[in-house]
Amino acid sequence: MNSFAFLRAETASEAVKALNTKAQAAFIAGGTNLIDIWKYNLTHPELLVDINRLADCRAIIEKADGGLRLGALVTNADTAYHPLIESRYPLLSKAILAGASAQIRNMATDGGNLLQRTRCYYFYDANAPCNKRVSGSGCAAINGYNRIHAILGASEHCIAVFPSDMCVALAALAAVVNVTGPNGDRNIAFADFHRLPGDQPERDNNLQYGELITSIDLPVKGFEQNYSYLKLRDRQSYAFALVSVATGLELDGDVITEARIALGGVAHKPWRAKEAEELLKGKPATPENFAKAAAVILQGAKGYKHNSFKIELAKRAIIRNGMMALHPQSQRPGAQPSL
Amino acid sequence: MAIKPNIGQPLNRLEGRQKVTGSAKYAADYHVPQLLYGYVVNSTITKGKIVRVDTSAAKALPGVVEVLTHENRPGLAWFDLQYADMDAPPGTVFKPLHDNKIRFNGQPVALVVAEEFEIARYAASLVQLDYEEEPFVTSVEANLSKARPAKKGIATALKPPPPAPTGNFEKAYEAAPFKVDAEYYHGNEHHNPMELFATTTVYEGNGKLTIYDKTQGTINNQLFVANVFGLRYKDVRVLAPYVGGAFGSGLRPQYQLFLSVMAALHLKRNVRVVLDRHQMFTLAHRPQNLQQLQFATDENGKLTAARHAAFVETSSYEDYTEVISSWSHRLYPISNTRFEYKVVPLDLSTPTDMRAPGGVTAMHAIECTMDQLAYKLGIDPLELRLRNYAEVDPSTEKPFTSKALRECYRQAADSFGWSNRNPEPGSMTRGNKLVGYGMATGVWDAYQFPSRIEAILTKEGKLMINNAVTDIGTGTFTVMTQIAADELGLPIEDVIFGYGDSKKPFSMFQGGSSMTSSTGVAIVMAAKALKKKLLEKVKEMSDSPLADADEKDLVFRNGRIALVNEPSVHINFQEIVAANKGQAIKTTKMGKPHLLKLRKYSKMTHSASFVEVEVDKDLKTITVTRAVTAVAAGKIINPRTAHSQISGSMVWGISKALQEESVIDENLGKYVNANLAEYHIPTHADVHQLEVIFAEERDELINELGVKGVGEIGLVAMPAAIANAVFHATGKRINKLPIHFDELLE
Repeated sequence: MNSFAFLRAETASEAVKALNTKAQAAFIAGGTNLIDIWKYNLTHPELLVDINRLADCRAIIEKADGGLRLGALVTNADTAYHPLIESRYPLLSKAILAGASAQIRNMATDGGNLLQRTRCYYFYDANAPCNKRVSGSGCAAINGYNRIHAILGASEHCIAVFPSDMCVALAALAAVVNVTGPNGDRNIAFADFHRLPGDQPERDNNLQYGELITSIDLPVKGFEQNYSYLKLRDRQSYAFALVSVATGLELDGDVITEARIALGGVAHKPWRAKEAEELLKGKPATPENFAKAAAVILQGAKGYKHNSFKIELAKRAIIRNGMMALHPQSQRPGAQPSL
Repeated sequence: MAIKPNIGQPLNRLEGRQKVTGSAKYAADYHVPQLLYGYVVNSTITKGKIVRVDTSAAKALPGVVEVLTHENRPGLAWFDLQYADMDAPPGTVFKPLHDNKIRFNGQPVALVVAEEFEIARYAASLVQLDYEEEPFVTSVEANLSKARPAKKGIATALKPPPPAPTGNFEKAYEAAPFKVDAEYYHGNEHHNPMELFATTTVYEGNGKLTIYDKTQGTINNQLFVANVFGLRYKDVRVLAPYVGGAFGSGLRPQYQLFLSVMAALHLKRNVRVVLDRHQMFTLAHRPQNLQQLQFATDENGKLTAARHAAFVETSSYEDYTEVISSWSHRLYPISNTRFEYKVVPLDLSTPTDMRAPGGVTAMHAIECTMDQLAYKLGIDPLELRLRNYAEVDPSTEKPFTSKALRECYRQAADSFGWSNRNPEPGSMTRGNKLVGYGMATGVWDAYQFPSRIEAILTKEGKLMINNAVTDIGTGTFTVMTQIAADELGLPIEDVIFGYGDSKKPFSMFQGGSSMTSSTGVAIVMAAKALKKKLLEKVKEMSDSPLADADEKDLVFRNGRIALVNEPSVHINFQEIVAANKGQAIKTTKMGKPHLLKLRKYSKMTHSASFVEVEVDKDLKTITVTRAVTAVAAGKIINPRTAHSQISGSMVWGISKALQEESVIDENLGKYVNANLAEYHIPTHADVHQLEVIFAEERDELINELGVKGVGEIGLVAMPAAIANAVFHATGKRINKLPIHFDELLE
């Protein structure tokens, strides 16, 4: 039998301590990705530490600084439909609801969402070369079927993309990830949480072994007046983004005072280009200005045999989503294009 | 007392409650005692041979009973012929675990059998196989040089090669004022019915087996098992009372049946083998193909020349074919034709029929070519079809038993609002969306196969109908019960339809949209024979009030035989049974098509689909916002189940046009998106307004019921209609399926 030890932790410190007793151990919350990977024989944890009972991680609470704290174990569905999220961070709500399926969102947790693995076909095929799965084994995607792969920030070792929708919104909102671990607690700015593949594509993020996400902090700014999430994909539900865009704007009349733009489906992490956001500051929210921002964001983009279209598509998506953010009431289910 | 006929009523599925409450048992749901679980190990290379097998780690695992490979499998039938099922194409049938040769990626190479499924599954990951790899080919487009005519065999009867050329295509094409030369490509598509392929084999001892299998043909698989394993036919019973969708995937015995039976016989135990979703991509699929079409018309839009060449994937060991290249000849009168069909053998598993095999493939190409011709001619696409409307089958010059295609065009066009279409591509808009209207024609055969029915008036005075046919989810159970009830004048509740069991009288496998006519007609014949027998009994009965009545003055109604004009004079079925010493009264009858009479006719179903798409102006995302399909398929026995067949097919059409494709990595020689997250089929969010119309078609020639079949025809026209709508919206022709929206980005 595929045997493993199972331990149900009551506190975060207990969970962390338990995990660090083994070299091949995993936390389990919703299990929506870990179980898949396990069934594909890509991982065989010798110990599973169930963190679902961690009481401190199960709520969404208002912080003293005016922001919001999402407990790592709050489900994606509960987050998306939470009244405070819907009213203050609708961008996050829309992004979550554009992801996965209702059933998966009911199980998947906010902490787990940050840790989902890529959907690269070759990563899931134990018999294909994949540097992310087996360091040094090669990359079958670069010369293979790479429709869903990266156009930004990829390396010769890996062109996989990070598949989350929720995290695209979290990147735009400049969330902060709170973690605890063997060496105590720390917080990681969202932009620093996920990694580019470089020569270590096996590492998706900057967590150390045994560290546990306890919560995610949302800063005060929620862009609830002018926001939009746009997701472009091959079918309208239960499909990962080919390109997605989260846009949040603050406006003074029709002039942008602050802009946030993050892309999904194009890189090994949610892609945010601060120069482009700076460029929009003080400019009218027009297709022309969003096009200029898009050009900056897509600088250095590189396509492969099957995914070069993403470069042009991402530019157009940035422009459209900028305009959609001016009319957030036009948002359609599944983050489909509107206007 | 008048009772309403059941035929024509939109009855709910009789087994609907069992299905939605989960009490319906499928092949993997039989929890027989002492059950062992098999899990298949699949080849990880595409071509070559196994040079070393090490099962020691798997066998060492507690709970593992056996690991079967080509090295230790029991002896089996040796001749290919014994492995050939009723639907086997010409060639050498694939024999699982037969030798060390690898013919396709994912080929079953070992079966792990264990006391628990989880143990078997884990142990499968411990089986070590070393391979010697050979170069392989997996692409039709890259291997056109290997194209050759297909071998002929038994299967050729149902899938004839293209007819000989007529007239002089080259000359006519050269001379024609309007012509289109186009190439179309379709990727592979895999069968993914909800129910996974599964077999539970019950080892009864004494060489007897009871097999619960996912199949479209209980008798086909009974014969296969008996032949391969050297058992007597009567000792092998194959049951498939419920089938969770099949669509052609269950026409041939699949390898889990073979492996389950082999393990059961070898271990003398009950064994279940279930494939997982990933493994579903190692068997039944629609072949990739490349089609070249050259169509030409005269000044008035009358087709004068047509060439249709198809280059279609097959495996390295069997010559699977489907009818692709000759469909235009059966739909449009064309004097100068040249039709070609070539197989391209690749290192993939043998393709299988998938809903409207060949037909939907061909009609996408034909009807998109017709759309292009309409633009060249500057006439409405529907008008072009009407100008080329065939009153008799152009391929045989024979009249149709019935053909209400004109009505399909008219009713679907009216309901859709086709007349509102501005033909100029890109001219119709809705906000940020380009709106496109497209239409296409569908055509499919109206088959009927022999079927033997046992009809029994039971001791309780009920009608029992027995036949080996399956109900693959199409509504066969309900529809057959309706037919039987009407023939004997009984309410639905008094009819018991026994099916899905190879012990019952003969039925072909359930394919080709043929079962309502095949089984249904046989039921009518058998019920008539039973009625005759009952009337004889009635005459023999002492003090029978109907003893002197003429047969034509008698009516079967509500469980009794009565005088037409004086219904109070009657005899109950129960009285007849009582007079028969309480014994049930049986008849058996073979229903067959009237071949002699029908030889003079062409038998086909037709459809027309009209589709509206919205394409985002900048982002090019495509939405099928509306679709109307009108179908002419003879008499509709049950409008509800028939409607489900057509609307389900229309969703499939959306899938084929815009989503479905098993992508092959040519470097690795395997499908890379072999799961339902990445192999896309439509979700609810992709399906909008669908309208189904049944154009009335009275067919008194085709068979006793006037029925044709609705399993496939609803799909045939949809992909072309969608592709044509995308062109109308954008001015871009994407002649490759599925159409990815990004291909519309300039």
